[in-house]
Amino acid sequence: MDDHGVSSVISLDGLQCLLDALARRGYQVVGPRVRDQAIVYDELSRVEELPAGWTDEQDGGHYRLKRRNDQALFGYAVGPHSWKQFLHPPRVGLWQATVVNEDRLHFEPVRDEAPRYAFIGVRACELAAITIQDRVLMEDNHADPHYRRRREQAFLVALNCSEAGGTCFCDSMNTGPDVKSGYDLVLTELLDSDTHHFLIQSGSAEGAEILSELPGELATDAHFSAARDVVERTRRNMGRSMPKTDIPALLMDNLEHARWDDVAERCLSCANCTMVCPTCFCTTMEDTSDLEGVTAESSRRWDSCFNADFSYIHGGSVRNSTRSRYRQWMTHKLATWVDQFGTSGCVGCGRCITWCPVGIDLTEEVRAIQGDSSPGEQT
Amino acid sequence: MNSPDAWMPEPVRVLRRKQELETTWTLELEPGQASKGAFAPGQFNMLYVFGVGEIPISLSGDPGQTDRLVHTVRAVGPASRQLATLRPMATVGLRGPFGTGWPLAAAEGSDLLIIAGGLGLAPLRPAIYHVLNNRERYGRVVLLYGTRSPDDILFREQLDAWNRLPDFDVHITVDHAGSDWIGKVGVVPALVPTLAFDPEDTVAMVCGPEIMMRFTASALRDAGVDDQSIYLSMERNMKCALGHCGHCQFGSTFVCKDGPVLSFDRLRGLLSLKEF
Amino acid sequence: MKSIAQLVCEHPFFQGLDSEFCDLMCGCARNVRFDPGEYLFHQGENADYLYLIRHGQVALELAVPGKSPVSFQTLHDGDVVGISWVLPPYHWASDARAMSLTRAIAMDAHCLRKKCDDDPALGYAVLKRLLPILTSRLNATQMQILDVYGAPEQQP
Repeated sequence: MDDHGVSSVISLDGLQCLLDALARRGYQVVGPRVRDQAIVYDELSRVEELPAGWTDEQDGGHYRLKRRNDQALFGYAVGPHSWKQFLHPPRVGLWQATVVNEDRLHFEPVRDEAPRYAFIGVRACELAAITIQDRVLMEDNHADPHYRRRREQAFLVALNCSEAGGTCFCDSMNTGPDVKSGYDLVLTELLDSDTHHFLIQSGSAEGAEILSELPGELATDAHFSAARDVVERTRRNMGRSMPKTDIPALLMDNLEHARWDDVAERCLSCANCTMVCPTCFCTTMEDTSDLEGVTAESSRRWDSCFNADFSYIHGGSVRNSTRSRYRQWMTHKLATWVDQFGTSGCVGCGRCITWCPVGIDLTEEVRAIQGDSSPGEQT
Repeated sequence: MNSPDAWMPEPVRVLRRKQELETTWTLELEPGQASKGAFAPGQFNMLYVFGVGEIPISLSGDPGQTDRLVHTVRAVGPASRQLATLRPMATVGLRGPFGTGWPLAAAEGSDLLIIAGGLGLAPLRPAIYHVLNNRERYGRVVLLYGTRSPDDILFREQLDAWNRLPDFDVHITVDHAGSDWIGKVGVVPALVPTLAFDPEDTVAMVCGPEIMMRFTASALRDAGVDDQSIYLSMERNMKCALGHCGHCQFGSTFVCKDGPVLSFDRLRGLLSLKEF
Repeated sequence: MKSIAQLVCEHPFFQGLDSEFCDLMCGCARNVRFDPGEYLFHQGENADYLYLIRHGQVALELAVPGKSPVSFQTLHDGDVVGISWVLPPYHWASDARAMSLTRAIAMDAHCLRKKCDDDPALGYAVLKRLLPILTSRLNATQMQILDVYGAPEQQP
């Protein structure tokens, strides 16, 4: 814990004060809410809007909201949304080209209204995902100005995870369930039969400043100990785990493994996994022009290595088969990402497993290539 | 280059257009403000055609001439077909130059084996200009050039002129020809073993269709050239040219920023993989 | 002036061959020359000779109905023209046309086949020299079939 490590214990009222304090500072506050039978990230102003008493049941290709026995506000794992959609939006206008004086082109950047976001309840895996996208989109020669603007203004209220989902495996990716750094404030939900509190700790000067404005009581050893118990319990309840092995070497040494054919039989190449993945960053350029042919706009939107056009070079797609596309996705996520950016591209959030319509589980695919899947194991 | 918005093109005028082959055109553009016409042989620009989109096109001109940017384009896709119709004074959008160049500094003092297939001669031409502009820094130059037929030979007068230079041999071979062709018929890799060169002191630069480069690189290895001395110019789908859009990945490599020119030791093994 | 034996034994095709074998085969050899445009042989004719090019250039061609003949390989100094002489029924599979003044050694195929049949060790040595020519021809054909420089399919 660094210099900004101030801590306190707040109640539900204190949490409301936090939302208010952020709104007062001009942040657009975004957090988990129930919508369309899922927990999604959306604008938030009242504590009552948080999904109190809800949890989720997750498995390969399966997601269902269920009632909890308590009124926990954060008693579920991650849903289909990730913070990626705010920091690296699905569509960004880049520039406009206008024909002036008959044939001269003029280029003008599209106005990019980047809100100042405050995210409520950023879990450890998601914080890890944001760190990974920071590396990809901001730390090379050409920082992405759209991402950077949003990212640099964002205020992150992280969350020590109190609920592991059926497809979670952050523990085996070393990204969670406890939040370690990179936040402004971090909450741990402490809930028992009589009390409902949040241990809140700061990780930045602004976080400490806001924390000091919140009504709260002194955090005691008992609170810290209870908070540790929360994450340890979560750690024990991970629904999945990634095999402990040198995964980059395993995959790159097995690029012609029969398992790629096997997974290709199941994979629909629907691109869901890449859309829900909080680190997948690929985009394509789209050009649209007006009917008069005077202005054209170039925009950028999320793309996926599962799309046929993704690898198109004149003559056809380099990766035509589902086998090659799945192999590209998984080897990039788990192997070549390490060469490119120094870490795995997977944070163990489990979204790709839950939201795969046929329940393909990348931990199981790794295990199969590793050769330790026991006979008769369900696919 | 590290402009605040590397995604946005700047407008430049077409200065000159020349038809090279039936579907291949050379466009000379005014240099942009960003690069002022400077580039390294082997690099490419992103050219934007109004209302159609952007495509990567290698520079094919003399790097010593910064008053124009020369690109040689084959009109095959929507954007390249449109580019090939542009007349002088028309404007296109320009971003670049991007990517790695041919290893011309590392190759100083060595003999050069320049091997091109089809339109692959265009990205190699700036390297040849550079060598001729700095002739004393390089040893013997052998240019192997393969095309589909005699009608597909690019830059024909230049090839003849280079062949007349001392210590510069040009060998052209075509896949098939009519009886009026007096040159060689056969594939490029088959010519490699017939050349006399010192494999220990030769740097090979290869550009052409991927399959031609693959077989050529293995012919070069068989002739004793080290993988690290064989350079290929890779081609993959490129959208942003900044290493962000993800399209051009080839294993760990982003072809747009780690390439397009890559040494064979980074590519071997992956090149023969189907659909990688 | 070099003897025919010297010319045969120094030709790249036979270079390094046991000198006994080489001497044995010289009896089948004679010097020939072809003027530009002259055909060494035509497709379907009996493959009675194997040609070792000393100097010159020869095009292997196929006649295409309604078009001028298409050349698919050229052969140069030190190359061998013709494989068909070793494979029954000993008919040429293409035309061979001298593109320039070509000096070659013509080896009588009947004579050569007889010597190879009589001495399997010689026959094996000759075949080992012919096979790489056959495989490189095959490899080249594969690449040519791919038409790697051809115009790519148009984007839809």
